[in-house]
Amino acid sequence: MVKIPEFNKFVGTNKYIVSPALQNAVNVAIALGRPLLVKGEPGTGKTLLAHNIALGLNKKLILWNIKSTTKARDGLYFYDTVQRLNDARFGDRNISDIQQYIKLGKLGESFIAPEQGVLLIDEVDKADIEFPNDLLNELDEMSFYIPETRKTITAQQRPIVIITSNSEKELPDAFLRRCVFHYIEFPDSEMMEQIVRVHFPAIEKNLLKEVLKQFYFLRQIDEFRKKPSTSELLDWVQALIAGGVSPGKVEKEISFLGVLLKKEADVEYFQARSSGTQGARYKFYKQY
Amino acid sequence: MFTSFFYTLRKYKVPVSITEWMALIGALDQGYAWSNLTDFYFLARSLLVKSETFYDQYDLAFQEVFKGIKTPPEIRDEVLEWLKNPLNQLPFSPEELARIQQMDVEEILRLFEERLREQQGAHHGGNKWIGTGGTSPFGNSGYHPGGMRVGGESRYRSAAKIAAERRFKNYRSDLSLDVRQIKVALKKLRHLSRIGPEDELDLENTVDKTSKNAGDLELVWMRSRQNAAKLLLLMDVGGSMDLHITVCSRLFSAANSTAHFKDLQYYYFHNCIYDKLYKDVERWESIATSSVLHTLPSDYKVIIVGDASMATSELIARYGSIHYHDQNETPGIEWLKRLSDHFTHCIWINPDNPSYWKHPTVSAIKHLFPMYALTVEGIEQAVHKLVVKH
Repeated sequence: MVKIPEFNKFVGTNKYIVSPALQNAVNVAIALGRPLLVKGEPGTGKTLLAHNIALGLNKKLILWNIKSTTKARDGLYFYDTVQRLNDARFGDRNISDIQQYIKLGKLGESFIAPEQGVLLIDEVDKADIEFPNDLLNELDEMSFYIPETRKTITAQQRPIVIITSNSEKELPDAFLRRCVFHYIEFPDSEMMEQIVRVHFPAIEKNLLKEVLKQFYFLRQIDEFRKKPSTSELLDWVQALIAGGVSPGKVEKEISFLGVLLKKEADVEYFQARSSGTQGARYKFYKQY
Repeated sequence: MFTSFFYTLRKYKVPVSITEWMALIGALDQGYAWSNLTDFYFLARSLLVKSETFYDQYDLAFQEVFKGIKTPPEIRDEVLEWLKNPLNQLPFSPEELARIQQMDVEEILRLFEERLREQQGAHHGGNKWIGTGGTSPFGNSGYHPGGMRVGGESRYRSAAKIAAERRFKNYRSDLSLDVRQIKVALKKLRHLSRIGPEDELDLENTVDKTSKNAGDLELVWMRSRQNAAKLLLLMDVGGSMDLHITVCSRLFSAANSTAHFKDLQYYYFHNCIYDKLYKDVERWESIATSSVLHTLPSDYKVIIVGDASMATSELIARYGSIHYHDQNETPGIEWLKRLSDHFTHCIWINPDNPSYWKHPTVSAIKHLFPMYALTVEGIEQAVHKLVVKH
């Protein structure tokens, strides 16, 4: 007899639209107890995903933002040597008790939590190339040893680990092998419509249609240094609604261009393109 | 089971390892993705493919291995709604099993159409009508080994259709070239070495020195990290390069916008490097090549982008340049040799297809500089060569 295990735990929340593929990946990661590595363009909701997993499954979220200076050991624990040194010289605390100078890092915190939580390791590729490898052992065994106090911290239960990456660096193979991987594609027009409706439930249908047309038109211009992403679209919609811009106007021109294009070079390029001969051509081809 | 899938993936150059495959088999063993192909598609993809650059190859391999799978016929929406509730499975005795397995596909299809016409309402757990959790030959989440699965895919499109869409064709690193991909490849040049003012506390050495000092605090400083990569980019803007203008300008904008170089210098040339390098594409402002060689120290990394194709005389003859005003006394190849002698790390990126590299001037230049193709893979290899010492 084969029992179908309870697999479809995560289905998204009412504020965060998730594609079936991503839902699948999240559930696989949770079920198999492996970290989930999420990659995608900036602004596709990678960080939000962890927040919404925690919300949707009613678990506590621990957020670990990786910087370029982060080392693997920072996530486990931090031994405040400078404080100890200072106390040794000036203070009157008992410095032989090392335990008071050991502070647990985010990974350590998620281990000692009594219930299963969600640990988000955000932008793992910002750190050194060796960083993910250094974490491997601890992620596998779910425990680590603190040599200063000679104690081993073991996880009571396996936290749900979500790792996001911006593809700045290649991640090492050994690390990739242990993860469940998902690439969040940029949402297509239909999904984007749902996303906009979640944030602006009362938006007028025609306005939304014109907005999406213009947005995706901008997205396919490769010459932009930074293409507009989901968050920019939402800001733009808010500006348009606040400014009372009609769908007809949106169809003809793009008001509040600075909300969508954040680089001066891009704005200049676009304005050059939409005026003069280029502009006329653009209006001609737009009908197709 | 499915081992042909593993080998097909490897045939399409998706780097699947045995460990990952075993993880997949383990997951299947535990019962995941048992009921439909789409779940399996996503499960296998998330466990086996670790980069979006391989998603397209995964789709191709998936299509090849699973193309014969029949998808269920179009069903009325109401039937699909009923079938959305998965129930637990039911066991069978061996005799019942034998009887059921004897039912033949044709017969089942015929029966299915009949039942579809006759069925009046939702049904679960029986053995005649279409429903869930039962033992009739139609429905889902029931148990009838000879039967036909209906539905279970209303929320997703079928796996075969998803794979056939090939949505990830643009992410392949060996086909297209996009500014962000080039940026990522060029970012590998970010090898950091410690230069700059000493403003960071070197903790280890401080503790060391302090303890050696009998406990009197002695602070040791070190330099914080700063990017040391310096890049010299030389681009061919000759006539034959017109075909590659878009791609080269992408390479250029990627290099330009990557804020990770200590210094980026770029010049242009036409077909081959002679006495002068040009500061602009139209080649009006020039600078002597020898002055570039004198002013830039040899630790600049040099990337030359060009198709290296020209008349042989342009390369090896004195006064070989096809432009009247250039009048080079020293042959082009001599200049190239000087470049490669002066700078320790030089590479040549050729936007032409490697099958055209048999041209005599291309081969000659290949002997001087390591040559790479203008694809993401090529750039990655090129950048790796630049970063690695000799």
